Amino acid sequence: MNATAQPINPGKLVERHQLAVQDPDWVRWSLIVIALSFISLFICLPLGLVIFKAFSKGLEAYWSALAQPDTLAAIRLTLLTAVVTVPLNTVFGVAAAWAITRFDFKGKSFLTTLIDLPFSVSPVISGLIFVLLFGAEGWFGDWLIEHDIKIIFAAPGIILATLFITFPFVARQLIPLMQEMGNQEEEAALSLGASGWKMFWSVTLPNIKWALLYGVLLCNARAMGEFGAVSVVSGHIRGLTNTLPLHVEVNYNEYNIVGAFAGASILAALAIVTLILKTALEWKSEAER
Amino acid sequence: MSILLSNISKKFGAFSALDNINLEIPEGELVALLGPSGCGKTTLLRIIAGLERADQGRILISGQDRTEHDVSKRGIGFVFQHYALFRHMTVFENVAFGLRVKPRRDRPSNEVIAKKVHALLELVQLDWLHDRYPDQLSGGQRQRIALARALAVEPSVLLLDEPFGALDASVRKDLRQWLRNLHHDLNVTSIFVTHDQEEAMEVASQVVVLNHGKIEQQGAPSEIYDHPSNAFVSGFIGQTNVFNLEHQDTDWLQTAGLSTLQQQGKIVHVRPHDIVIEKSALDSDAFVTLKDWQHLGALIRIELVKNSVNGQPASVYAEMPNEQFKRLHLNKGDKVDLKIRHAHWFH
Repeated sequence: MNATAQPINPGKLVERHQLAVQDPDWVRWSLIVIALSFISLFICLPLGLVIFKAFSKGLEAYWSALAQPDTLAAIRLTLLTAVVTVPLNTVFGVAAAWAITRFDFKGKSFLTTLIDLPFSVSPVISGLIFVLLFGAEGWFGDWLIEHDIKIIFAAPGIILATLFITFPFVARQLIPLMQEMGNQEEEAALSLGASGWKMFWSVTLPNIKWALLYGVLLCNARAMGEFGAVSVVSGHIRGLTNTLPLHVEVNYNEYNIVGAFAGASILAALAIVTLILKTALEWKSEAER
Repeated sequence: MSILLSNISKKFGAFSALDNINLEIPEGELVALLGPSGCGKTTLLRIIAGLERADQGRILISGQDRTEHDVSKRGIGFVFQHYALFRHMTVFENVAFGLRVKPRRDRPSNEVIAKKVHALLELVQLDWLHDRYPDQLSGGQRQRIALARALAVEPSVLLLDEPFGALDASVRKDLRQWLRNLHHDLNVTSIFVTHDQEEAMEVASQVVVLNHGKIEQQGAPSEIYDHPSNAFVSGFIGQTNVFNLEHQDTDWLQTAGLSTLQQQGKIVHVRPHDIVIEKSALDSDAFVTLKDWQHLGALIRIELVKNSVNGQPASVYAEMPNEQFKRLHLNKGDKVDLKIRHAHWFH
């Protein structure tokens, strides 16, 4: 029972490799060197640079850049977006995974494909869809203006775009796991007199919890870091509709290097925390098997 | 509790899995639903459990119509082929599950639950494993825990889907006997699904033979073996020699002591142990040659070849105890005389 197809267990890979014919030393070493230099060049170096640039004018300049009202507003908006979208997409992901793995219905494979859509569409297009729907010239534009509801160039638009972008994460983690597990344990719970709700909480959820958390984590990381789609619907109003990634761009364009990289350092820190939690989750779920 | 099924039908798309099943199971029986794979036996069991809905028909458990009851309200215990133990719970918690999910007013106290669970674990002789997780148990142990879990809610009917299907041959033998004894002690009406006729004959008090979604025959194991109602049942329950009188000469059958004059059908089934052989005294008019034999423990299976006057030589199998075979002093290639003690006729 493998939680997901994605998490790779390095220990297992090496073990399996040694069963096969060993490659000559020079092949092994050059591959290792190539992989390591690639990682340092494209991941470690930029990450180091972000931190270096953020602190280039000293700790004080860093703090004052972060303490600016616009930066704080951007952090708040980013957090708000995540707080709204992550729970919604968690519920949606579980519901979608449940529907796909437990029921047979017409259009099931279509739904499965549709769930992946946000991954295959450019984020800019995803943002544009919402502008076309809810913008002043959009389908619902007149109605929204009449009722004085602002979606585009406001927080609701940002949340909608982020919802769209991040909805595959949870479902994609759960579907392969739930497919593999089958529903016998659930049927057993029902036959023992459990209600559907009780079955979900005491049998389904404990079995999918690590994959679910993993999906939630990835969903959260993307929700906080999304740039393209949000950029289209936000309108870049300082202190109002700038999320942290947008705030970084604005600062950068204005040659406010410390401000830009201070914001970037928060996003980078978020990424590192995500990575650590992700690894911990993988260990945990591996250990439980 | 007694079970009554009337006019149960189920289709999966165009495929008719069950076709108008009528079945009555008296209280306290241990019934085997026996049939080849794809015959609908598991579907029937799942319909009785409420895990599957029939397209039509009613299910009555001890006289009460339970057709519309959900699986959780039907009062059945279900044991799955692959155990379906809750993998994140200990053995104790697995067995306690059915008691813990009862509505608050019916739920026993923790002490009562603990007492009951330990009693059930003792019943299946596995109390010493109460704090283990399912993946630390062997297949046979898991199956017994699954049974204890199903019994915890005191079901009126116990349903088992291929209960021994995933076990080693030796474990299977032990568990069969154990299940029979357990049923004797508890006397709860039980139905189990199997494709293994030997298992059905050994464990069940009643056997229901299914094929292509229909009941072919229902009865006690000996009744089904001795009086199969049709060619399918006869062929499915134990080994048999099949002779089609339309394609074969009947003379030799008469020589073998089978009266073909008052034909009761076109097809004759003869069990291997209903064939008696002797060394032929007169080589000339013997039809049958001994080709080979195999030891099956206490029995010997003898492969005979019938040299037909017209048509292909055909194989005939006979069975007899080792000792008896030794006394005959037969060798490969010997001509033998053949006597048929008993045969079943089918159309």
